[in-house]
Amino acid sequence: MAAESEGAIDPIHQFVIEPMFHVGGLTVTNSAAYMIAILVVATFVMIFGTAPKALVPGRLQSLGEVAYEFVATTVRGSAGHEGMRFFPLVFSLFMFVLIANLIGLIPFTFSVTSHIIVTFALAAIVILTVILYGFYKNGLHFLGLFVPSGVSPVLLPLLVLIEVISFISRPISLSVRLFANMLAGHITLNVFGGFVAMLLASGTWAVILSPLPFAMTVALSALELLVAFLQAYVFAILTCVYLNDAIHPGH
Amino acid sequence: MASTEQTNTEVGHDGGHASGVFPPFDPSTFGSQLLWLAIIFGALYVLMSRVGLPRVEGILAARKAAHEGDLAEAARLRAETEEAIAAFEKALADAHAHAEEIGQSTRDKLNAEIMARRKAFDAELTANLDAEEHTIAANKAKAMQNVGEIATESTIAIIQHLTGQTPSAADASAAVSHVSNA
Repeated sequence: MAAESEGAIDPIHQFVIEPMFHVGGLTVTNSAAYMIAILVVATFVMIFGTAPKALVPGRLQSLGEVAYEFVATTVRGSAGHEGMRFFPLVFSLFMFVLIANLIGLIPFTFSVTSHIIVTFALAAIVILTVILYGFYKNGLHFLGLFVPSGVSPVLLPLLVLIEVISFISRPISLSVRLFANMLAGHITLNVFGGFVAMLLASGTWAVILSPLPFAMTVALSALELLVAFLQAYVFAILTCVYLNDAIHPGH
Repeated sequence: MASTEQTNTEVGHDGGHASGVFPPFDPSTFGSQLLWLAIIFGALYVLMSRVGLPRVEGILAARKAAHEGDLAEAARLRAETEEAIAAFEKALADAHAHAEEIGQSTRDKLNAEIMARRKAFDAELTANLDAEEHTIAANKAKAMQNVGEIATESTIAIIQHLTGQTPSAADASAAVSHVSNA
């Protein structure tokens, strides 16, 4: 908070991507470093943690099992038993988003999911999977997704148009929802945190007001923890819903 | 790859937001982020789908199998216990019945023996009684006969003493029998 204590609140600075060091021909930016951290955490829980293969699990193995069962239940509930072929994809998406969001909650860290290009790429993976698998499994019947059944022929063109627009907007809504939640949350936290620093640094009677934004920061941190989990869950469950359309395109 | 490095270097020179572009919408960082996302997400997907998830699935399946195995084993042991209890109760009932049978047969046998012995003893007693009665009767007859002789001899002695004459034994005997018959 050194920069803030000088006066100006700069809530945008936390999203800046800077190169940290170079490995071979690759530049490791802060974003890349946090992505590596996500991979390390996920691997730690799901591979290192489950290595004992204990019948009675330890803490870390329990965590891995809970994550597995949670995502598996979500996939089975939304995309049915056939949807389980996409379980590794949904699980990877969920873990990536969840860990990225949670790491981002630690002060002074960087949130990978606060960049639209990352969330859009993740959404694109989902939508491309839906389209490719939809055509692969159902052929041209997949286009039936855009034709609601039991509608009068007069209204049909309009409804098909609406369905197509709704389908196209899916990757946009999926990516913007996550991006905007993370961005807004981090800006808000930063602004209120900055208020605390400003009030303390002001050296006037206003110092006594500093607990107010601090309490707000604490409350917002709790809210952001909920949002971090909820957005990962929403991303996973919407992925399942969209995949369900690819598996069962008929309305 | 080279272009990625190029863009990153540019970002570094810019010092981020100093260029006035909102960082999440700065296209110069997109290439680098997409490249790293592809590497990391690809690695994550491979690690999860090849190692992590099959392992957890195995753990859960093993646990489920162990639970079911334990339950089946418990059910089997309980059935065995119930069988053993039933067998024990049957053996106990059999033993009771057998003991009853032995007791009854022993009692019957002993009763029969007692009856037989008593009958034999009765018969023996009856036989002895008859024999004794015979002996008594014979002795009585003999005694009666002796009484006659004694009376005759006494008669002879009395008459001899009174009359001085000696009657014949035959007369005396006739007189005695005449008197005793009257």
